Amino acid sequence: MDKSNITAPKKIYAKEDVCIGCRLCEIHCIAAHSKYRHDLIKTFKKLSKRPLPRIVVEEDVPLSFGLQCRHCDEPECVKACITGAMQKDPKTGLVINDAERCIGCWTCILACPYGVIRRDYTNKKVASKCDFCLESGSEPACVKNCPNEALYIKSLV
Amino acid sequence: MSYVIIGNSVAAVGAVEGIRKIDKVNPIVIISDEPYHTYSRPLISYYLAGKVTQDNMYYRGKDFYNTNNVEPILGVKAQHIDFDKKEVVLEDGRKISYTKLLIATGSKPLTPPIEGVEKQNVFNFIKLDDAKAIEKVATRGSKAVVIGASFSGLKAVEALVQRGVNVTVIDIMDRIMPRVFDETASSMALKMLEKYEAKVLLKTSVEKILGHQAAIGVLLKDGREVPCDFIVLAAGVRCNTDLVKGTKLKINRGIIVDTMMRTNIPDVYVAGDVAEGYNFIEERNAEIPIIPNAYKQGETAGQNMAGAQKIFDKGFIMNSMPLLDLSIVSAGVSTPGEGITVKTIYNQEKNTYKKFYIRGNNLVGYLLINDIDRAGIYTDLIRRKIDISSFEHQLGRDDFGFIYLPKALRSQLILEG
Repeated sequence: MDKSNITAPKKIYAKEDVCIGCRLCEIHCIAAHSKYRHDLIKTFKKLSKRPLPRIVVEEDVPLSFGLQCRHCDEPECVKACITGAMQKDPKTGLVINDAERCIGCWTCILACPYGVIRRDYTNKKVASKCDFCLESGSEPACVKNCPNEALYIKSLV
Repeated sequence: MSYVIIGNSVAAVGAVEGIRKIDKVNPIVIISDEPYHTYSRPLISYYLAGKVTQDNMYYRGKDFYNTNNVEPILGVKAQHIDFDKKEVVLEDGRKISYTKLLIATGSKPLTPPIEGVEKQNVFNFIKLDDAKAIEKVATRGSKAVVIGASFSGLKAVEALVQRGVNVTVIDIMDRIMPRVFDETASSMALKMLEKYEAKVLLKTSVEKILGHQAAIGVLLKDGREVPCDFIVLAAGVRCNTDLVKGTKLKINRGIIVDTMMRTNIPDVYVAGDVAEGYNFIEERNAEIPIIPNAYKQGETAGQNMAGAQKIFDKGFIMNSMPLLDLSIVSAGVSTPGEGITVKTIYNQEKNTYKKFYIRGNNLVGYLLINDIDRAGIYTDLIRRKIDISSFEHQLGRDDFGFIYLPKALRSQLILEG
């Protein structure tokens, strides 16, 4: 019922000072959301249509860092969504897009202050964003595989 | 304590969720003349195109009213509000009393003053019932005229094209989407519409709708005739203030509200398309008929009805509109004006267009076509009134992002959310 007073228990943040721009976070994010879950070789060798990375890596050498959905306490995307597909889960605090109901109108992209929602045309038009690797049930792949600990999870409870 | 909401769309849902942030107990009544569970009106073009089913148009789950202790009174029109007795009188005679009232009656279509608009097969394009009526006549190979090349007119064009209808869209202006588009943007869209064989007639208007009982075509001011099987009116919308006209409620174009969504009458709040609330960019009250604004105004109203002291003073126009092959987003100022510098970047090869409106040291508006990724960062620069002077020259970069912001601001943004 009450969807906005609950804070996501954990958030992923970046440290620009130690990010080396290797983009392994992107690679592992793609694999984590492919049908060969977490299998890099199968994901990249066998799939012609791979999922989009749900992390955005910004780079202007030597500076770089990765950004993904903040699962905001007051999510602009949820309030802007014209279908109701984008919702903040009151239990987990995660902002999750229901791909079934999303029509790819990109109003969430227009609204997101962090620019971390992508247009996914892989199958049907749908907004793509970080889901905290919810389905895998383990630590988000980007954080787990960052070789320099430039991504970290901050527990907010 | 009882809450009554007139309206069942986005502002109403925002209000329910706002009330329930504060007050989890007291009952809420929602009154709507439409018989449907809360649905998203912009989805009617997707419904007409066959891209969503009616079931997928619902803006909140089927259990929404139940979960939130809402009693929906649907398919019954609110006829009158007695502000002294604090009750809403329904068309069936029922009287619903309120402690706190929200008026969220939305907008209604503007009927252009054209001879013959009352004929059969002339449709508005606002509600689900409009789309359902059009659906019956919009068969493959049929001919349609759409009056108005605005946002909703073009969404109708898109849906009809996707249904295999031969469409002609007519607008009096010299370009399509005249409020947001300039020559360049309009010509990009025209080129794309041509590919889909949608005809666009500009700088002319409809003199008369032809036919006896049913429309069979239109006569244009310039003497041309365009035969058709049906007509869609998309001449714009205005605030639906019918229910409260002639009452002591203060109305301009919409119902005037302060930044807490209060009106001049105690315990009466207003949100959404019917409201004339504070426009953050224009720095005055204005209608802001878009979903994100309706939700936030509704949420703010709801919280305040339940006893909070929330302010919403960041409303401004923003739109995202996929139109066949084009992705179009815009926010804030959309026409040049005094004290505003305009910067444009047109990339013919990539078929992209970017346009920025800058006032002093602030971004106050933008339009992006096709390269819309991360548009929300621009929206946020507007929303926060960020001083862009040190990175203004970077705004148009294809890879524009936080990396081009000053370090202090970037560090702050990276750690937010």
